[in-house]
Parts: sequence; C-alpha cells; structure tokens
Amino acid sequence: MKTIKKYVRNILWVTGAVFGIACTSLPSQAADPVTLYNVSYDPTRELYQDFNAAFSKHWQSKGGGPVEVKQSHGGSGKQARAVIDGLEADVVTLALAYDIDAIAEKSGLLPKDWQAKLPNNSAPYTSTIVFLVRKGNPKAIKDWEDLAKPGIGVITPNPKTSGGARWNLLAAWAYALKKNAGDEAKAKEFVAALYKNVPVLDSGARGSTTTFVERGIGDVLLAWENEAFLAVNELGKDKFEIVVPSVSILAEPPVAVVEKNVVKHKTETVAKAYLDYLYSPEGQEIAAKHYYRPREAAVAAKYAAKFPKLNLVTIDEAFGGWQKAQPKFFNDGGVFDQIYAAH
Amino acid sequence: MKPFKQPSVIPGFGLSMGFTLAYLSLIVLIPLVALVFKSSGLTWQAFTEAVASPRVAASYRLSFGTSLVAALVNGFFGFIVAWVLVRYKFPGKGLVDMLVDLPFALPTAVAGIALTTIYSQNGFLGKPLEALGIKAAFTPLGVTIALTFIGLPFVVRTVQPVLQALDPDVEEAAVCLGATRWQTFTKVLLPALLPALLTGITSAFARAVGEYGSVVFIAGNMPMKTEITPLLIITKLEQYDYAGAAAIAVMMLVVSFTLLFLISLFQKMERA
Repeated sequence: MKTIKKYVRNILWVTGAVFGIACTSLPSQAADPVTLYNVSYDPTRELYQDFNAAFSKHWQSKGGGPVEVKQSHGGSGKQARAVIDGLEADVVTLALAYDIDAIAEKSGLLPKDWQAKLPNNSAPYTSTIVFLVRKGNPKAIKDWEDLAKPGIGVITPNPKTSGGARWNLLAAWAYALKKNAGDEAKAKEFVAALYKNVPVLDSGARGSTTTFVERGIGDVLLAWENEAFLAVNELGKDKFEIVVPSVSILAEPPVAVVEKNVVKHKTETVAKAYLDYLYSPEGQEIAAKHYYRPREAAVAAKYAAKFPKLNLVTIDEAFGGWQKAQPKFFNDGGVFDQIYAAH
Repeated sequence: MKPFKQPSVIPGFGLSMGFTLAYLSLIVLIPLVALVFKSSGLTWQAFTEAVASPRVAASYRLSFGTSLVAALVNGFFGFIVAWVLVRYKFPGKGLVDMLVDLPFALPTAVAGIALTTIYSQNGFLGKPLEALGIKAAFTPLGVTIALTFIGLPFVVRTVQPVLQALDPDVEEAAVCLGATRWQTFTKVLLPALLPALLTGITSAFARAVGEYGSVVFIAGNMPMKTEITPLLIITKLEQYDYAGAAAIAVMMLVVSFTLLFLISLFQKMERA
C-alpha cells in the first residue's frame, strides 16, 4: 500500500515538474539592438536581404539604434498559419492579401482594414505573370490562346498549395473573359483546356521552375515575372526567353505591420519605418533591381525599359478581391476542382 | 494477475514510470487529443463530406494502394536482402548493410528530388523507361517507387535479427530427415520468419501511408490521379480549413492505430 502511494506521488511529482519546465516562458531579451521579425514568402529572400541592410543604415542615419531584421521564408499560406499559431512576426510581407486577411480574421493580431493603412493597397511593389519558354520559342507561343492548344506542355504549380499558382489561373481567366466578352462558361472551358496541357502540378513555384528548367519538362512555364527574370539571367540567356502575353494580372504582394505583436515588442515605430522605407526611392530601387515592378513614378520611369508594358488587370476590378476569388476558384468545389472533376 | 510492481535490482520504478507517462503525454497524447478536438467542431455531415468526398476518396485509393504495393515489393526483396546479409560473407558487406539504412537517414525531400530527377522523362532511368512506353515520374508508379525506397529498411531490419537467431542446424536437420529444399523453406524457415516478415511489411506500409516529403515531388499532384492523402491535408490547410484538415488526419490516425494493432498481433505471434 505504501509503495503504491509513493509511486503515485512520484508520478505526480515528475509529471508536474516536466510540465512546469515546459510552461516556463523564457525571459524576454534586452531591448538593444532592436530586432524586427519579417515573415515573408519564398521568392523574396534575396530582395529582403538587400533591403534589410539598406534599412539598417537608413535607420541609424536617422538617429535610430542598430536594427537587426530576421527573415523567414516559406509558402505564403504556411507562413500566415505560423503567424496565426503564434510566430511573433513584427511585419508580414506575403504573396496574397488573402493570407494577411486570414491572419486578421483568425488571430485578430491586426485590424481587418489593414490593407488601407499603407498606400497602393499596402503593396509597395508589384509583379505579374509572364511565360518562360525555351530559347527560340520552338512552339511559337505568343499569348494565352496558345497554351490551350493540343500538344503544348504547360508547367504551373498546384493552386491549392501555391499562392503564385493562384495568380496564374486568375490571369488566364482574366484573358478568357476579355476575349469572350465576359462569358464565364467560355472562360471555364478555356482554363480547363489549358490545365489539360499541364503534366505536373508541383506544390510550389520553385518546384515548377525546377521541373521546367532542370528536368526539361514542358514547353512553357507560367511564372512570376521576377522568377522568370531570375531564371533567364541566372541560368542562361541562351536557354530561355520571356514571352509577355497581351493581358496578365497585376500581382500585388502586400505588406503589413502585425499591430499586436509590435506593441508587445515595443517596435511600433521601427516596424512602421521599415515598411515606409519600402515605398521610398531607395526601397523602390532595390525592389526594381530584384525584378519587382516599382510603384514610385521616378523609379518606375528609370526602369521602364526593363519591364515590358502590358495590359494588367487587378484582382479587385476583375474578381472583386481575394475574399471573393478564393472561395469561387480555389476552395473545395471551386472552379479549379470543377475543371478536374469534369476531366 | 501480474503484480503492480516488478521487483528489480535497480530502483527507481516510480520515477521512471512517472517520466514515461509525462513524456508520452507531452510528445504523443496531447497533440493527438488536440487533433481530435479540432475536428470535433464539425457536424457529422461536414465530417463525412470532408473525409469521403470523391477527391479525398481518390487519394485514399492512391495512398493505400501504392503503399500496399510498395510494402509487398519490400516484403519480397527486403527478405532477399536480409537473407544475403545474414547468410553470406562477401567483401563490402558492411557497406551494403549501411546502404539499407540510408532511406532512414536521408531527408525525405532529398530522396524525393533525387528520385524525380532520375525517373522524370529526361532522367537517367526515366528516359529508357519512356522509350518502352512506361511513364514513371508523375504517375502512381512514381509514387510506388518513392514509397518502396522509404520502406526498405523496415523489412530488412525486422527480418535480419530473427534470421540471425535461427540456427542453420535446423535446416540441416530438416534436410537430413529427407525434406526437399522447397519443404525446408516453406515448412521450417518460413513459419519462423513469418511474424517478423509481416511486422516489417506492416511497418513499411504504415510509414508509406503517412509519407509526404519524398512523394510530393515525384507524384505530380494531379487532382483525382496522383494526389496523396497527406497532400489533401495541406490543401485544406491552405484554405484555412483547419477542421477539414483535422478530419482527414483523424481518418489517417484511425488507420495508423489499426496498423499498429496488427503489428502488435504479429509480434505476439512471434513470441508464441
């Protein structure tokens, strides 16, 4: 009897101790130097490496203390979920407004009208979707129409798992709507025909680039403009070229301060200054160097030759915003599921 | 009735038992309870819709079908590998023995990318296969290849020790008593090895069903065709449908528990 009592007491004691250790939070770090945590998505890694160095200099020249910016990169949706689940980001710089909406909605860490806090829908730089084809464009791909023709291999990631892939599908849809005077049934037929030409749906944008570039699969890659430039400039101008379609979508990767977290970290001013600096001429210059389209007129004019002009539709005017586009196209039972159910 | 406390020369039963319970709760039990809890927000109808929609059903067929094939392939060839490693001496045996563990040690994403490179239509093995009219990467065959890769050590490592413990004298005795080679194998060797073999196959199967990292690269992720069940969990999460994702996860959990139950049955057979 005595042994059982002792046994139970020991169990309780150890269980309690282990939980106690697990629950004791670590003491918060000293305030000097200031650390900012920027949670971003995959293709912005190089952009923010440059930008962080520039911002740190800028902040100190303005009389601020040393700033260390930590970056984290991953799929946009995965990053948003990490913030919702408690990753203490000071700022988020993601691929879709929908993902920041989800943070606002699920965690309440920032207000629902976050997108009105900064100019240009809180998107300091933009990008678009272009085609990357093999050198000499052997299949003569000129516009979206050509992608739906039989015998063309189109490489794009799975829009269920990749934010970039959602822009791809919407761009194709926007083209088809324009061509068929707004007929949605025709647009769906077109998009279905296009996806019939897709042999692989990688889970992310970089995966698709690998499939197209390294494995030599497919005739055309639907890519972020910045990824397409990167592929051409890094992997060889003699292997690939960029084809700009007649119509594409204006991708606006948004940025936001995670308000409750910066209050907690006492980093409100520096976090705000960090995002404001993205809109400054220096910040815009860095974005343009990394093949993102700058918003600021002077910088945009300087780099105008680099970015071809094309007809760009925005998600708000063509689709009524992400809150409408996501359920209609990409949630279970949406357009993407429908075109595969019909196969 | 077994006594509550087994006498032992080394003291500390209460302490170590307490630690075990705390540890298992923290690492295994609490996350699983949270999972079931997340899915409990769904109505019964929403739950069945999440776990039995045609697309999810197609993924079960793919995941369980390819896992079963992969486990059986490993059962056959893993047995041969174990046999060779136990019964023969040859130069480089240590190296071969190490190679068997490689799928354990290699990050699954690395395995997935490597396999895709080799088996895609321009790859080292993919090209000749393509010439024969066989597409490997981005088809269920590719999924099976990846799952076979990651499952190999399970069969070899469960059969190997049992085979090692099996005295070759027994086979000699069988032959002396007039058994043919086939009889020696089926009547003497196989019954002794069967529980270990079944345990290995079931473990390989259980591991394959849940595998994500290596498969997403080679699967091609085509809806209704090559989407594995864990990928659908990810797609639900991308829509912030936590409950739906948890519902599919609970289904997989039920399957895992069933498999573990089978494994423990096989292990009882082995001891009997």
